[in-house]
Amino acid sequence: MSDAQPFVEIRHARKNYGYIEVLKDISLTVERGQIVAIIGPSGSGKSTLLRAINDLDPLTEGEVLLEGVQVNKTLPHRQYEKHINEMREHIGMVFQHFNLFPHLTVRENVTMAPKLLKGISKAEADALAEEQLAHVGLLDRIDYYPSRLSGGQKQRCAIARALAMKPKLMLFDEATSALDPELVEEVNLVMKKLAEEHMTMIIVTHEMDFAASVCDRVLFMDQGYVVEEGPPEVVFRNPKEARTREFLRKHLGDAT
Amino acid sequence: MGLDFSVVPGWMDTILLGVVWTIAITVSAAALSFVGGILLAVIALYAPWIVRQPFRLFAWLFMGTPLLLQLFLIYFGLIQIGIDLPAFVAGVVGLGLHFAVYNSELIQTAIIAVDTGQMEAARTLGLSRTQALRKVVVPQAVRDVIPPIGNNMIALLKDSALVSVIGVTELTLSAQLAIGRTYRPFEFYLVAAVCYYVINLGMEAVLRRIERRIALSR
Ligand SMILES: Nc1ncnc2c1ncn2[C@@H]1O[C@H](COP(=O)(O)OP(=O)(O)OP(=O)(O)O)[C@@H](O)[C@H]1O
Ligand SMILES: [Mg+2]
Repeated sequence: MSDAQPFVEIRHARKNYGYIEVLKDISLTVERGQIVAIIGPSGSGKSTLLRAINDLDPLTEGEVLLEGVQVNKTLPHRQYEKHINEMREHIGMVFQHFNLFPHLTVRENVTMAPKLLKGISKAEADALAEEQLAHVGLLDRIDYYPSRLSGGQKQRCAIARALAMKPKLMLFDEATSALDPELVEEVNLVMKKLAEEHMTMIIVTHEMDFAASVCDRVLFMDQGYVVEEGPPEVVFRNPKEARTREFLRKHLGDAT
Repeated sequence: MGLDFSVVPGWMDTILLGVVWTIAITVSAAALSFVGGILLAVIALYAPWIVRQPFRLFAWLFMGTPLLLQLFLIYFGLIQIGIDLPAFVAGVVGLGLHFAVYNSELIQTAIIAVDTGQMEAARTLGLSRTQALRKVVVPQAVRDVIPPIGNNMIALLKDSALVSVIGVTELTLSAQLAIGRTYRPFEFYLVAAVCYYVINLGMEAVLRRIERRIALSR
């Protein structure tokens, strides 16, 4: 009875920007080791939902839980800050535009947070950087500044930076959308490797092939709702909802 | 009566001591204005309203009034409320705070210009807002304004001549002392001008080195 509670649970999530409701009562659970893809048209709320999981875009209503602990707790400011920083150590995030720290080398990008938050020594930090950068195939660029990396290398560095905190959960927001087509594969390979290592991942993507080959579950979002969800072979081959079919017709068409 | 530089060598010790003091006061005030500028910028952008107000008044005071008056206030004025600063310290504080306010304006603009994704990425890793500012946002902002801050520091060097009026025997006052004895104002003011120019060249060389180092990480 170790896993009575879901690993990640979102309960009745709502999000408003002014009068506009961007997320409309979304509930979902993700089990440990699961890999979930979120697909859907632009503006459907995919990023907002993903960013609600680590409270980067706080929900208007509803709860996010990680291993039964509420992430978006309502607490006095100081206590909330302490709580959310602790929670975020367990939730890695990768952005479309990498957001590497340009004033730090690849090594420093990877080790800055662990050094600051976990108080590891310089030797430990170096070992950590080497381990994580070897993992994403970037060891030979360890002392480069981000400005001298290709887009694919930048994103692999960003993944290594997130993994260096040893997160339990990884969030990807269109990790390959800003890349030249020929650089997409090297990032996808790193994500596949993480999948093989049973990292729990929630992946917002426009790449249907990748979602189909890597993910255990696919969520289709439209206008703030999760319209349909299920295993990729069902959602992609045999979608129940008309909106899903329409979206897939356009996107699978585009892909070829 | 033409120019006669033959009296200059006899006063070279005094002049060079003046150079040393000018460099000392410039470097100290520059350091204060740099650190103070960062602190003022962070306060102006992130401190609660009630904390910001006294600092706004302070900034207004230092930007809106003559530096000379500020030096008089700090050196002669503060004594009346029991704060008796040595002339050198008063000079460093006056110059340093004056330029801190100007540096702060530059740094504020640069902090705002740092991509919001930088703060987000840092917060996502678990850094607090203060940690993210210190490690990620402020270093990038400062890096972006090193050239204009450098210009401020050169202005600071030139304005350091003002501290002669509160009795710091820096370069200008040293020249005046020599002139008082020799009645050779043109010669000694020229010597002082050359000295300022050489210090200025030195500062520019240091700034260029810093800028080159920064350029490597771009
Ligand atoms: N800061 C904001 N203020 C106001 N509205 C916002 C804000 N951020 C997002 N929105 C709106 O919320 C809706 C959902 O945005 P979101 O970024 O989550 O969409 P998305 O599915 O990720 O789209 P894309 O595929 O283009 O990234 C959009 O209509 C967007 O305009
Ligand atoms: Mg998005």
